Amino acid sequence: MIELQNVAMSYGGSELLSDMTLKLVPGSFHFLTGPSGSGKTTFLKLCYAELTPSAGQLTLFGQDARVMSRDATAAIRQRIGVVHQDCQFLDHLPLAENVALPLTVAGKSADPAELRELLSWVGLKAQAGALPPQLSGGERQRAALARAVMMSPEVILADEPTGNLDWEMSLRLLSLLMELNRMGKTVVIATHDLNLIRTAKSQVAARVLRIANRRLQLAGADL
Amino acid sequence: MRVLTLLRAEIAAADRVVPPTGFTARLTVLTAAAMAFLAVFALALSLATGRLADRWSEALARSATIRLSAPPEQMETQLKAVLDTLATTPGVESFRALDDGEMKTLLDPWFGPDLPVASLPLPKLVELTETASGMDAEGLRLRLAAEAPGAVLDDHTRWRRPLVAAAERLRLFGLLSLLLIGAAMAGMITLAAQAALAANAQVIRTLRLVGARDAYIARAFVRRFTARGLMGAAAGTALGMLAVAALPATDEAGGFLTGLGFAGWGWLWPLVLPGLAAAVAWGATRHAAFRMLRNVR
Repeated sequence: MIELQNVAMSYGGSELLSDMTLKLVPGSFHFLTGPSGSGKTTFLKLCYAELTPSAGQLTLFGQDARVMSRDATAAIRQRIGVVHQDCQFLDHLPLAENVALPLTVAGKSADPAELRELLSWVGLKAQAGALPPQLSGGERQRAALARAVMMSPEVILADEPTGNLDWEMSLRLLSLLMELNRMGKTVVIATHDLNLIRTAKSQVAARVLRIANRRLQLAGADL
Repeated sequence: MRVLTLLRAEIAAADRVVPPTGFTARLTVLTAAAMAFLAVFALALSLATGRLADRWSEALARSATIRLSAPPEQMETQLKAVLDTLATTPGVESFRALDDGEMKTLLDPWFGPDLPVASLPLPKLVELTETASGMDAEGLRLRLAAEAPGAVLDDHTRWRRPLVAAAERLRLFGLLSLLLIGAAMAGMITLAAQAALAANAQVIRTLRLVGARDAYIARAFVRRFTARGLMGAAAGTALGMLAVAALPATDEAGGFLTGLGFAGWGWLWPLVLPGLAAAVAWGATRHAAFRMLRNVR
């Protein structure tokens, strides 16, 4: 579904990522680690077509990302749920409508019962009517996850989803992602929280990738 | 019916993704209102100058006046001679002598309503209208000199040409000012729409990231800003029309300043402005939205 073949990404003449090759197969679970600034967010942005590679072949659901039309990009994003690091919401809409946004823009309406169930699942049922600025960092992270899975996407990409959460809440969110993976979703989590990775590996068959020296590597056995 | 219901629901949902209020929203409404208000005046000016130009051109182009100054005992004889001469002059369509009442009306602005016209040695005025082919003014002057020595023909030529030219120039200025105000309205609404879109750049980015197509995003913004442009322009037009209606009423003669307004069906012209503003807002927002979307992957 997402395939990178010798992909490179340059910013202003300097190469941030180079020679990356990876194939995300359905139902797989990946962690992506690496120091801050190593390019984890850039890698995820390539995977949901917010960036186009400066070299190499990137295929998203069978389509070449470099020549994809804007409408095709939009259609692909309806198949990929993204938990952004900065949790972008529409601040004038209540949480429930923000979570349902992927359905709204696809011209569909959310089933109220399903929406309530989803909000309960991420522990935000009571905050359904709250505006995003009224939510805490952790609540925003969970709301972002709920929005990412609203369309029942085939792939879930999460960029530092536990960055604003305490350990207990991080585990809860991790268990939500593992549950989605058990339902057949492909999950990629970018994080530098090694404890989170170790905890997950004890419960799910996860591959750990590391970005080092601009390249994608399989992490060592210590993880 | 069900399709319409679904369509309405989709439109309502799409409209909600655009923040409902804010500085930029008020700016768009205010700009459309202010420019429509000014456009009403420009339109009024344009129509008034047009009417004025027509009136001056038509009224002066084919009219002339004969002023008869004679001793009181010869006045009636010479007047009859003038009228007889006119009756046999080719190119004269109609003519008539102004009576005392009309003379009094002419003099009222200078001497007030209590002027004893009958007791004053006023000249007699004869108003004549030429046929489309016109008359021989010099020939008439010579005949009048022979038949009624106290008669002087004024065919308005001296001051008619510059006045008609001025009227035509006024008409041109009126149209030009309407065009300029219209262009300024389009420009201001475009800038307001662009400012509003720039203020909503984060909303547009978020919508793209959750899978919204460009057409969906543009439509949501275009609908909102078209409605704002329409509302603002409707309010500005209504206020402008009220202000024009409140101007001093025009009289029969239609003096330039008192004649600045609409007449008859002319009152319908300003109603075009809200639709025009909405069309401008539609085009400007659509153009600005797609241009902004090009910068958002």
